[in-house]
Amino acid sequence: MSEMVSVFLFGKKYDVPSGLTIMTAMEYAGYRLVRGCGCRNGFCGACATIYRVEGDRELKFCLACQKTVEDKMYVATLPFFPLLKEIYDIEKIGPTEQIMMQLYPEIYKCVGCNACTKACSQELRVMQYIAFAQRGEYEKCAEESFDCVMCGICSSRCPAGISHPQVGLLARRLTGKYIRPESAHLKDRVEEILGGNYDKLIEDFMGKPADELKELYNNRDIEA
Amino acid sequence: MYTPEMLESIKKVEATREARMGAELRRMTADEKEKLLNEFHPDYKQEGFTTLKIGPNKGDKAPVELADILQARSWVEKLNIDLGIVDYDVDVLVIGGGGSGASAAIEAHENGANVMLVTKLRMGDANTMMAEGGIQAADKSNDSPMTHYLDAYGGGHFKAQPDLLRKLVMDGPIAIKWLEKFGVLFDKEKDGTMITTHGGGTSRKRMHAAADYSGAEIMRVLRDEVFNRKIPLVDFTAALELLLDDEGNAAGAILENMETGEHFVARAKAVIIATGGAGRMHYQGFPTSNHYGATADGLVLGYRAGAKLLYQYTLQYHPTGVAYPPQIFGALVTEKVRSVGALLVNVDGEAFMHPLETRDVSAASVIRECGVRGKGVATPSGGRGVWLDSPIIEMIHGPGTIEKRIPGMMRMFGKYDIDIRRVPMLIYPTLHYQNGGLQITVDGRTTNVKNLYVAGEAVGGIHGENRLMGNSLLDIIVFGRNAGLNASKAVEGADKPKGLNIEHVRRFMKEAEDAGIKADAVSPKLFPAYARVGR
Repeated sequence: MSEMVSVFLFGKKYDVPSGLTIMTAMEYAGYRLVRGCGCRNGFCGACATIYRVEGDRELKFCLACQKTVEDKMYVATLPFFPLLKEIYDIEKIGPTEQIMMQLYPEIYKCVGCNACTKACSQELRVMQYIAFAQRGEYEKCAEESFDCVMCGICSSRCPAGISHPQVGLLARRLTGKYIRPESAHLKDRVEEILGGNYDKLIEDFMGKPADELKELYNNRDIEA
Repeated sequence: MYTPEMLESIKKVEATREARMGAELRRMTADEKEKLLNEFHPDYKQEGFTTLKIGPNKGDKAPVELADILQARSWVEKLNIDLGIVDYDVDVLVIGGGGSGASAAIEAHENGANVMLVTKLRMGDANTMMAEGGIQAADKSNDSPMTHYLDAYGGGHFKAQPDLLRKLVMDGPIAIKWLEKFGVLFDKEKDGTMITTHGGGTSRKRMHAAADYSGAEIMRVLRDEVFNRKIPLVDFTAALELLLDDEGNAAGAILENMETGEHFVARAKAVIIATGGAGRMHYQGFPTSNHYGATADGLVLGYRAGAKLLYQYTLQYHPTGVAYPPQIFGALVTEKVRSVGALLVNVDGEAFMHPLETRDVSAASVIRECGVRGKGVATPSGGRGVWLDSPIIEMIHGPGTIEKRIPGMMRMFGKYDIDIRRVPMLIYPTLHYQNGGLQITVDGRTTNVKNLYVAGEAVGGIHGENRLMGNSLLDIIVFGRNAGLNASKAVEGADKPKGLNIEHVRRFMKEAEDAGIKADAVSPKLFPAYARVGR
């Protein structure tokens, strides 16, 4: 860790130990983070970040908590991006082709530049899942967008102003609620519980003497 | 990539892999487990704890770091804020924007209450988002609420509050149904049958999942639902202290904008503490799998208002935190990796334990393996770890299983050029979950402060002294909804609270002074102090 690298946080130079992530490098530099820091484990999308390494002509995108610093890296965080989030009642909409047209019509303005896919911090095929959404293939859109952390980098790069993470989310909810079959065993068990079938059984079970419960626990059969 | 020493050890792991394939590993006996925990689990390490000198749990044991913040100064002591000027006036105030807070807010809204949610980061920035493995519920034909009860009760050393645990298991399938109705994308067979697996300590395969993004999937759907319902949300705003009314009942909170430092008074007929866990307190110096804001804020707020803690001395150390590479040190490697077949293997390539013992037993076993047994693999930073042998997963279930079932893990390690389909992961226990917390009755209310409710990880007693995988995602839904419903019902038609005050804080500080406590720290902590301080 003794080797130092230079990073430019919002253009200002700081020398930090190599091996740090962009996030811990900011903290090493003295930043007390409020914005742009959430789970610190790559799941929440709070720390979307844009960077360019000196000498490289290409802009790159990442989550600050998941990216190791490089020497002469110029960094700007993107802690918020104004995604469009339409309001809907999931009970009153369905997986129809029109629903995307109604809620997120700008997806049909996609120019096919693929900037979203190139920028994705999760390496998802973003343009592909938007194409699925355009065609009303919501289950495919759901699967393709599943690992999205909604960091919004894709949308920041989109010339058509598409809010990709919201489109993916809508497709996933439609798929989960309307397209994938309802779980029959779950439905049955809920009815049994609400019907009171287990009330006495659990009461009796809980009422067993402590020693008996311990005995039962230590000798319970475990499903293979 | 791995160090030469690690690569040397991996050769031994590879050499034993074939032989380990079909071999059935023995589970520990109850006596063996007890001895192991006593000797190696951090909860049993005396120097990690101290005795609380003041407050509702005076005389009880607590982690040193928790005692420090429970008995620290209050932010509001130096504030000169006019409590007569009310900035937000609501029926139900939910503090915390994770899974339990969202569930509580949705249910209160559903019940017609004027509910508002405050959170010190963004909505959804919470441990829920990071829960990977799954959510338990007894909904298969070979399973029952009683079996789920027994697994959880025994796993928690028979210390769970029976009525709370009963509610957890009985409402389990109902919670899953509620999430399915919102469109949570559970892993299912083509006919809708839930794909379920084991977790450590389960006797039936009742772990429902959404790949290894289970918590993220649940959280982003619940968050979307909060937005769709237009539930008022005040983000980047922390609660510094609870407000009580002239009868000593909970009546709101003093809030602070985390960016501008401005303060606000929120008046509420009922308050729900849904502030989550405490991993960022780094008890006993452990790294953590928790999110940035996990600093036990709600415990401090509730404790000063007179609410009692239960099992505050038990923490969960997840057996498989990342030991290497350093960039993701302490991050969670989901238990699901073991659910789908990975084994815990030491430096010599020996599978030293059954991979699905409960978390406390597994963590203690890994600590023993790396410690007195000297069978750990050294890391450059001076730590140790053992292998979580993932390549065996695809030998059992076929190629493609890892990408399909644990894509998050594949991605996390892939960023550091570690392909978990080909090489194992190096792991060591990480601080993961606060087993204890504020004590509640089965309606979600604290036992001794009226109109004060608690939900989620801030509650103590649902799981006892250890929690099984998948019971926390379940508890935030069951007890989040429960608190939201009961709080809104309790205050329906009630008058607005009168005489808002913070006398309880002054009394608490007086008690501290009388006890000779000279604290410099101010709490709630809000964020860990990670920023390096220059000279």
